[in-house]
Amino acid sequence: MKSRIPVVLLACGSFNPITNMHLRLFEVARDHLHQTGMYKVIGGIISPVNDNYRKKDLVAAHHRVAMARLALQTSEWIRVDPWESEQAQWMETVKVLRHHHRELLRSLPQTEGLDHSRARSSAPTAVPELKLLCGADFLKTFQIPNLWKDAHIQEIVEKFGMVCVSRTGHNPQEYISGSAILQRYRHNIHLVREPVQNELSSTYVRGALRQGQSVKYLLPDAVIAYIKEHSLYTRDSP
Amino acid sequence: MENSEKTEVVLLACGSFNPITNMHLRLFELAKDYMNGTGKYKVLKGIISPVGDAYKKKGLISAHHRVIMAELATKNSEWVEVDTWESLQKEWVETVKVLRHHQERLEASSCDHQQDSPRLERPGRKRKWAEQRQDFSQKESLEPKTKDAPKVKLLCGADLLESFGVPNLWKSEDITRIVGDYGLICITRAGNDAAKFIYESDTLWKHRNNIHLVNEWITNDISSTKIRRALRRGQSIRYLVPDLVREYIEKHDLYSPESEERNAGVVLAPLQKRAAPADP
Repeated sequence: MKSRIPVVLLACGSFNPITNMHLRLFEVARDHLHQTGMYKVIGGIISPVNDNYRKKDLVAAHHRVAMARLALQTSEWIRVDPWESEQAQWMETVKVLRHHHRELLRSLPQTEGLDHSRARSSAPTAVPELKLLCGADFLKTFQIPNLWKDAHIQEIVEKFGMVCVSRTGHNPQEYISGSAILQRYRHNIHLVREPVQNELSSTYVRGALRQGQSVKYLLPDAVIAYIKEHSLYTRDSP
Repeated sequence: MENSEKTEVVLLACGSFNPITNMHLRLFELAKDYMNGTGKYKVLKGIISPVGDAYKKKGLISAHHRVIMAELATKNSEWVEVDTWESLQKEWVETVKVLRHHQERLEASSCDHQQDSPRLERPGRKRKWAEQRQDFSQKESLEPKTKDAPKVKLLCGADLLESFGVPNLWKSEDITRIVGDYGLICITRAGNDAAKFIYESDTLWKHRNNIHLVNEWITNDISSTKIRRALRRGQSIRYLVPDLVREYIEKHDLYSPESEERNAGVVLAPLQKRAAPADP
């Protein structure tokens, strides 16, 4: 079999709270990359944003990490990584990518050492690629003035690459052609279409929770139980 | 308002559930929140009634598996359950008969219950006579009185409502009885034509007070067709159906290109029935 490039998918965001939609992004992205025949997805990382991001309604990172962990209990390939959320400051996405890329490279020799049949693979071990996983609306944020540094956008698409899962109502191709940098590195931006329309968002979930409405089947039961237990997203919560 | 003044409701969802998805389960949650939120109803229970194999829909796998999947999916629900009565009938059963079956069952158990309780003056069955007494009974029914059996209402998506317009699929008297005698709770997408559909049908318009349109503000398009398609293509269905259902599907390898060909070319049971010349 042709050797495939190993890929780790990294999703950055608030995960406030994590929903089934976030989890779907990973599944859909993995299916897509596998179907290209070029990649083998070996892992997924969810990195909840730091509290200092100061987004409205953002509950404490330790809760958001705990909820993601509960949601991922049943996944064999996606994990939550609290590193970003544990930093003293909010940090740019590109720095989170750099960190995880370093970690990935550091873990390489160990993985090799564990491989008993090293001789079998005569080809040099493929270095895993770290790609930023996002919803297509994320691409749109690149256009918001002063939100991103051009150098960072360039580094993300040049050095790492992106996998964007599009939701209905977004035309990711448009965002790419609207930006010279994205246009130049478009071969490094994988656009994936989610066949199942779903407009689910954390904002919607928080709204429903505040109104005392059911969110069952929108997020894993374990996460709902955690939200109840800690009275998160109630009317009085920030 | 006290609970006793509210109409108790049982939600019944009929369908293939081939397989059950998170969207089906969401219909129940949305309907319950909506009905309870009106202040007039109290939803006691939800019933999932998978259609029998005799329905002959293309790609329909055996009811045995569909029932088990629905049971696995509702294992963590405190109020939604699966009922096998419809799926166990030899012949395909019209939806109105499934509604009647469940209403009668509720009346029977409510009747039993009330006979045990000396406080209550009148068994549930008499309620029907009271209704026939027209004007007199209306006033009476506003007064505090004994509890009636809960009312079964049909829970559906907008597609079912719109299927009322498909020629020969439904008997017009069945539609009349569904909306007249029982009532419909229809979950629709914001901006959907369900309201217009009701307006354009004289039967539905007449019974519009018995049809509750519930807006679903976030599009949730997890159809069973898409689930089967993803499975045939080796794509993930994770987080679209409950984990237990996904595991069951994988374990029994339920959906394949072959299973999709089941009943191919066979006429759907309701259409068979209606097409028969003996049918008025």
